Amino acid sequence: MLETEFDISTRKRLTWRIAEVLKIIDETPRVKSLVLDVPGWPGHRPGQHVDVRLTAEDGYQAQRSYSVASAPESAHVMLTIELIEGGEVSPYLTSDVRPGDKFELRGPIGGYFVWTVAIGGPLFVVAGGSGIAPLMAMLRHRAALKSTIPALLLYSSRTFEDIIYREELDGLAGRNDGLTVVHTLTRRQPLGWTGGARRIDRSLLASVGLSAKARPKIFICGPTSLVESAAQSLLELGHERNLIKTERFGPTGA
Amino acid sequence: MTQPPISRGFRGRSPEARTDRIPPGQHLTRDFPVLSAGPTPHTDLESWSFSLYDGDTALAKWSWVDFEALPQTSVKVDIHCVTTWSKLDTHWQGVTIDALLDAAGLSEPPTSFTMIHSDGDYSTNIPVEDLIAGKAMVATRYEGNPLAPEHGGPARLLVPHLYFWKSAKWARRLQFMPNDEPGFWEELGYHMYGDPWREQRYAGD
Repeated sequence: MLETEFDISTRKRLTWRIAEVLKIIDETPRVKSLVLDVPGWPGHRPGQHVDVRLTAEDGYQAQRSYSVASAPESAHVMLTIELIEGGEVSPYLTSDVRPGDKFELRGPIGGYFVWTVAIGGPLFVVAGGSGIAPLMAMLRHRAALKSTIPALLLYSSRTFEDIIYREELDGLAGRNDGLTVVHTLTRRQPLGWTGGARRIDRSLLASVGLSAKARPKIFICGPTSLVESAAQSLLELGHERNLIKTERFGPTGA
Repeated sequence: MTQPPISRGFRGRSPEARTDRIPPGQHLTRDFPVLSAGPTPHTDLESWSFSLYDGDTALAKWSWVDFEALPQTSVKVDIHCVTTWSKLDTHWQGVTIDALLDAAGLSEPPTSFTMIHSDGDYSTNIPVEDLIAGKAMVATRYEGNPLAPEHGGPARLLVPHLYFWKSAKWARRLQFMPNDEPGFWEELGYHMYGDPWREQRYAGD
């Protein structure tokens, strides 16, 4: 059940590389994407993450893990970062960083929460907030390879303005290539909103989700409460435990 | 790498907030983040058991009631997650591995290495010497309360001097092995040993 892509005896240390910020994208009022040039980047698989290390003038260093949001087919590495109030690293990365700035990065890390077109489908991804990032890498990868593997994204955001990658997701869904995108907004919905209007729960998963009979590969990423309840609900709906992979974004990704 | 680039304008925590109890690359959290690879197992106490194995040979097995009757130990420890959070002064209660070996009638561990097996097909490898002499326990209480399922309840391993993925949640079986073999995350590129003070996060660190 476990895919193993390493031969332990030949593993090399993950070296720190220099990432240069090429572009900063305002995704939502609290979320920015950094498009990075990383010379020597070995490539990644959708769902993997990297460690970022910042160094202050006095030599102090701080390190955090972020999922890669870009497809492996993309020329650059994109990280999508949510501002955590009172955090140490995210306020810097979401408000102080400018194009041309450099910091250290190493990876890719993690080989379990990974999906590629070669793994096959159907693909069923469930996201909460900035938990969309690694799942977006999967959807971008799928689109880059012009795959028609059936795929469903169920994405929970607080408000319409909090939806990350909203226009790009509209575009991906508009390709009519087998991807369905379903949004649910938990706090406030705009007039005429036709998507979901509550937290992701068992009945929402049952009504819009893929059937357990199709044995979809399921990836869930978001805050712990969402991941716990979605994973539990999917088990109750008959999905197999070993087809459900999770990543939890603790409140401390600061 | 010669000199890391200075992140212009990055100051980090004030020097007063930095403490020598935090290993390199870690930061303090007051929350208790949850990280696991799949759905949280919910094992009822009637069907729960904890076993010791030497290879494929069962050495001892305790039901929940039996396990609760073993000598209990309480500790206050700092914990360090490979995802870079650390949490200080956490309180745990459980049964030390020493007490388990005693209860199984073993005067010494049969081999030098172990694999911990958990519900949800999780496993992690730990040298025996990191489990004995009071260094590790199978914990069933956190901050005075039964351990919640998302934090590994009913029982998890607690090996606080190693990165916290070694403190396997939902622990069910401790297997002694003659050689060191990788567990779940170790197979996926994480460090075989995982000492936070030497920043052994990933293979080769």
